[in-house]
Amino acid sequence: MSQAATEIVRISGHSGTVPGAGLNREYQVCKLVDTTTCIGCKACEVACLEWNGYTFTQTTFDNTYQTMPETAWNYWNLIKFNEHEREDGSMMLLMRKDQCMHCADPGCLAACPADAAIVQYANGIVDFQEANCIGCGYCMSGCPFNIPKFSPKARKVFKCTLCNDRVSQGLEPACIKACPTGCLHFGTKSEMKELAETRAAQLRDNSGYRDAGVYDPPGVGGTGVIYVLHDAKHPELYGGLPRDPHVPVLVQLWKKPLRWIGNLGMLVGVVGVFIHYLRFGPKVVKADEPKTEGEGI
Amino acid sequence: MNRDPYLLPNGRVLRYSFRERLIHWMAGVSYVYLLLSGLAFWTPWLFWIAVVLGGGTVTRELHPWFGVVFMVAVALMYGMWARQMGKTPSDKAWWASIGSYIRNEDDKMPSADRFNPGQKLLFWGFLVNGVLLLLSGLVLWLPQYIPWNLHLVRPIAVFVHAVCFLFTVALFIIHVYMGTAMERGAFGSVIRGDVSRGWADHHHHSWYQQLLRNSTTRK
Repeated sequence: MSQAATEIVRISGHSGTVPGAGLNREYQVCKLVDTTTCIGCKACEVACLEWNGYTFTQTTFDNTYQTMPETAWNYWNLIKFNEHEREDGSMMLLMRKDQCMHCADPGCLAACPADAAIVQYANGIVDFQEANCIGCGYCMSGCPFNIPKFSPKARKVFKCTLCNDRVSQGLEPACIKACPTGCLHFGTKSEMKELAETRAAQLRDNSGYRDAGVYDPPGVGGTGVIYVLHDAKHPELYGGLPRDPHVPVLVQLWKKPLRWIGNLGMLVGVVGVFIHYLRFGPKVVKADEPKTEGEGI
Repeated sequence: MNRDPYLLPNGRVLRYSFRERLIHWMAGVSYVYLLLSGLAFWTPWLFWIAVVLGGGTVTRELHPWFGVVFMVAVALMYGMWARQMGKTPSDKAWWASIGSYIRNEDDKMPSADRFNPGQKLLFWGFLVNGVLLLLSGLVLWLPQYIPWNLHLVRPIAVFVHAVCFLFTVALFIIHVYMGTAMERGAFGSVIRGDVSRGWADHHHHSWYQQLLRNSTTRK
């Protein structure tokens, strides 16, 4: 990490303690989205487009406030709106900023066959390297959050970078910077987790949201984007946030046992036929004379 | 001269027609490409194959199209051979003595028709796995058209594609070994089309005898 260059371990001819020695810096970054204070203004959507150099393109209007049905290859940040009717008949507008979750155990990375097309940095950012992407779309099969999107023009797959270019320069992601209500926060994972838990407790204790909680799904090892939800027991209400996301079992089976069984099988097959040839040799046609003489010719 | 179409001069027998050979190699060449490019995506240790084949992007673009060519060839083979690949009562006895076949004790084998049960297995194996590879391959080809509420189809397709690939590799290894090293004359039969009379009688006795009988009746 770039910060490591400014951290001091030893100083020559120095009396007294070394400033910063034994420092334990947490590199893990995290974005906190507090859905309870989001007003759906979409400033984060615009900031994302601006920073990443995309222009707004034609979209599908489905009679809600939502900009488009789901994120697109050139639209990585989308607020999902859900007009939720509560048990007492009252209405609640649930808004959740949808983007790449930057999983600790990323399904896209597990499924990707192209050398170095997806990398996970020590700070938790999972980033696509488009130069190495071959456009196979396996990441789309591995992701439990419907995030990687294929660009028909570039023939490659794109998604949110968590503003890796900004974060590596000590800046916060563009969406965070644009948020006017402070519902978006950015910091270390432990800081954000603490802040989220505090907010959830506040919602439970003071605002009557008994099921308020933090969404940091353990099935994918935790995520680099966490949510505070009014109703953490029903995450699917928030634009289809999966209840228990994990790398698809079949993708795991394919990459671990099946691949080794297959490799072993192919090796055994090739060696096997070779040994067979050494042991038994070719099939010999004894006499190249037929047993029954044909009379045609 | 009343030439028999199958019993050729100089003790040769026509085993595969031009059409059969052409379709076989249409399948063969496309399968070899599919195998090599598929292996590149199968494991990082073999990703270099994609580099040799023009880069990962090119390989990913071409792989599905070769799959279409392969499946067209398989469909043509189905039309051409399906009837001859049907089960016959003697197949059971042939499989029962597969050990003798492996040990090259061919005199202990029940006589085979134009295609022996092993070849039938190859044919149906490639057909069934080919159809599954095509269906799962369509999902992998255009995953962006699989709507999110059907997203479970994507990992299923990934897995089915890998499993069926392995089955075809097993068939392919045996097929290539038998067609080139193990059965002398077999490779020539699918290139030039003809085999010796001894070969025909040895490997496909029932078929050869039928050719002889047909030849007599034709006269």
